[in-house]
Amino acid sequence: MRIGVFICHCGKNIAGVLDIKRLVEEAAKLKDVAYATDYVYLCSEPGQKEIQQKIKELELTHVVIAACSPKMHATTFARAVEEVGLNPYLLEIANIREQCSWVHHDAPEEATEKALEIIRAAVAKVSLAKPLAPITVPLTRKVLVIGGGIAGIQAALDIANGGFEVYLVERSPSLGGHMAQLSETFPTLDCSSCILTPRMVEVARHPNIHLFTYAEVKNVEGIVGQYKVTIEQKPRYVDPDKCTGCGDCAEACPVIVPNEFDQGLGARKAVYVPFPQAVPLVYTIDLEHCLNTKRLIVCEQCYHACGPKAINYLMEPKEIEIEVGAIVLATGYDLLPLEALKEYGGGIYPDVLSGLEFERLLSASGPTGGIVRRPSDGKIPKRVVFIQCAGSRDPEHGCPYCSKICCMYTAKHALLYKHAVPDGEAYVFYIDVRAAGKRYEEFVQRVMEEERIVYLRGKVSKVFQRKDKLVVWGVDTLSGMAVEIEADMVVLATAIVPSKNTADLAKLLKAPIDEFGFLNEVHPKLRPVESSAMGIYLAGAAQAPKDIPDTVSQASAAASKVLGLFSQEELSLEPIKAEVNLENCDGCAYCVDVCPFDAITLVVEEDGHKHVEVKKALCQGCGCCMATCPKEGINVAGFTLNQLKAQIHALLKEDEDD
Amino acid sequence: METISTNKEKRSTKLRLVLKKQEDWLKKVEEISGQNVFACYQCGKCSAGCPMSAEMDLLPNQVIRLLQLGAVEPLLNCRTIWLCASCFTCTARCPKGVSLTRLMEGVRLAIFRTRKSDEISPKEMVKETLPQIALIGALRKLTA
Repeated sequence: MRIGVFICHCGKNIAGVLDIKRLVEEAAKLKDVAYATDYVYLCSEPGQKEIQQKIKELELTHVVIAACSPKMHATTFARAVEEVGLNPYLLEIANIREQCSWVHHDAPEEATEKALEIIRAAVAKVSLAKPLAPITVPLTRKVLVIGGGIAGIQAALDIANGGFEVYLVERSPSLGGHMAQLSETFPTLDCSSCILTPRMVEVARHPNIHLFTYAEVKNVEGIVGQYKVTIEQKPRYVDPDKCTGCGDCAEACPVIVPNEFDQGLGARKAVYVPFPQAVPLVYTIDLEHCLNTKRLIVCEQCYHACGPKAINYLMEPKEIEIEVGAIVLATGYDLLPLEALKEYGGGIYPDVLSGLEFERLLSASGPTGGIVRRPSDGKIPKRVVFIQCAGSRDPEHGCPYCSKICCMYTAKHALLYKHAVPDGEAYVFYIDVRAAGKRYEEFVQRVMEEERIVYLRGKVSKVFQRKDKLVVWGVDTLSGMAVEIEADMVVLATAIVPSKNTADLAKLLKAPIDEFGFLNEVHPKLRPVESSAMGIYLAGAAQAPKDIPDTVSQASAAASKVLGLFSQEELSLEPIKAEVNLENCDGCAYCVDVCPFDAITLVVEEDGHKHVEVKKALCQGCGCCMATCPKEGINVAGFTLNQLKAQIHALLKEDEDD
Repeated sequence: METISTNKEKRSTKLRLVLKKQEDWLKKVEEISGQNVFACYQCGKCSAGCPMSAEMDLLPNQVIRLLQLGAVEPLLNCRTIWLCASCFTCTARCPKGVSLTRLMEGVRLAIFRTRKSDEISPKEMVKETLPQIALIGALRKLTA
């Protein structure tokens, strides 16, 4: 065995603190070390060449690189050694930067001793390393997209256009998500439906997309490349193949309930489509409000009204099993409930609305036909107060983050309101106007200048009723004056929160979420559309609040990641997987219970002999099994118990000597 | 001139400015000055560079702010608009191209047009020894 130790200066990051000369001298004395050297930047092209040259020249069999964190450059160095024929698993990184020089810059001598121990441990570990080869698993080149808003639509279309099959699952009866609810979009004021509905139709017609609306993902098993997914198709009680979308059933239906699509401000029947441009244009009977129950049919109005006889009260939920290789999560957002903002009269006064509710009032297809009216008395409000950061940037309401879209949509609301009610007054309370986006700042400035909207810098303290007015008590910190506005309507830019069930779905997929429930990306800058659960990609506001352009960009990015994955015939996986040592394993199966990925099964041979078996494709190499096994019967390749023991002994060696 | 509704009964505590549309006075100032006060985004660069700001009771940017809010009363009673030397530093530096110098003049003229009485009487001015040009300037700026 001939181990080579290469020590990196990392400019002054390491060499500025540690005594490199001493490290090289001491490393060279270690057992099995044939060669030790240092270099100013090992990760640079000449640095890598140096390593490669020495491996060839000195016939090194193992390599230790003492440098930065393996998260930084392990792959770089693995590729470098592989190019000269060394198995990359015979390389060990000793992290003497993040775990030594950076944190101990005030104690260089002790730090040098610690670095030496880290190097010694790495040498001890690598001396027991065995060459490993990547394992290949089959790859089902189909994708599941969860969520039929603009994020899911974009991702589905991009992947389908790339030539792969897409299963798109949407919980509500129609595609479109929140974007379908919007009146116009900032900063261009395009009509939201006009730009969205063609995409919705494209999805429905695309030969590569299997669309499941009014359906939910019930179960997911497996790993990247081979997920087994169960989709539950909820019964619409209307046969989608027969329904023509004519609406005769809704006309006949005697039950009127609030329409969720209009945020409850408008009405629909118990048999309904959420909005006229719905895709698919298939009616759905909402059994919760329908006079009929599963056991008793008392009203057959819609059945008799339906020409093509599409109504079927006896429809049952269906389960559909599919196999996919990757999953895109595009589950979107909800708004913080108005009830959470009692000081602003949220949930108390009917004329205190959320941004989405106001959006429906502005929409030409909304419950008031685009005429802004107060929900309480139907009057046109002459003075409207908009309150930004209602719950956002407010740790006390549980949302310390910025909801990102409110500054822009509030400016848009103020503008659209002024266009709808030219003699009306609009006031906007803000604490900062964040308009970072192409043509965003210009838009906000235009709203202020041209529409003469009074922007008040400060938060509102409370909103209360005085006769038929809503009195807003706020402040303008720029002039130092407390202000009072007698308003007809108050619109709260309520905080964005992850859509309900995001947490359950994340748990099912083992995709991590952050403290607010948004899906976590692997790296906030360099891997922003991937979940740390392999094969799971993120798109849209489910990952963090974001506007339409950002959502579409991220959805396309997620799609391109999926297409990149699908460019392979089969999937190559890291060989860092659990391996059973049949000599030691007695089938006690402790490891079976602790495995978070259900990768271990107990096998009973014909002769009654028991042992466990690892499904390599499922194993993520976490090591829970290895830590639990009382008999050293299971080891993670590359991190065997012997290797870890050697590493620990090397670290403690000096203490033993003392 | 419109009066500002301030809750006079409760004057013992700090005023709460009641905001409602009263653009007449503001429109007059804007018409005279040819400026749109809502173009100002309150960055404060005017106040940062004003050579007279140390003497002022309201900072120059606060004058625009009060115009935006329609809070006329504090403007009527402030010294700032009279101290403004019309040096045009604020106008030259404003990132949004708002001429605060013109707005200050607009406020002064709007006041004179309603009250028709001098801010400082010419008799007071001539008591001081002023260069000719300053005297003419003061007569133009401070008298109705």
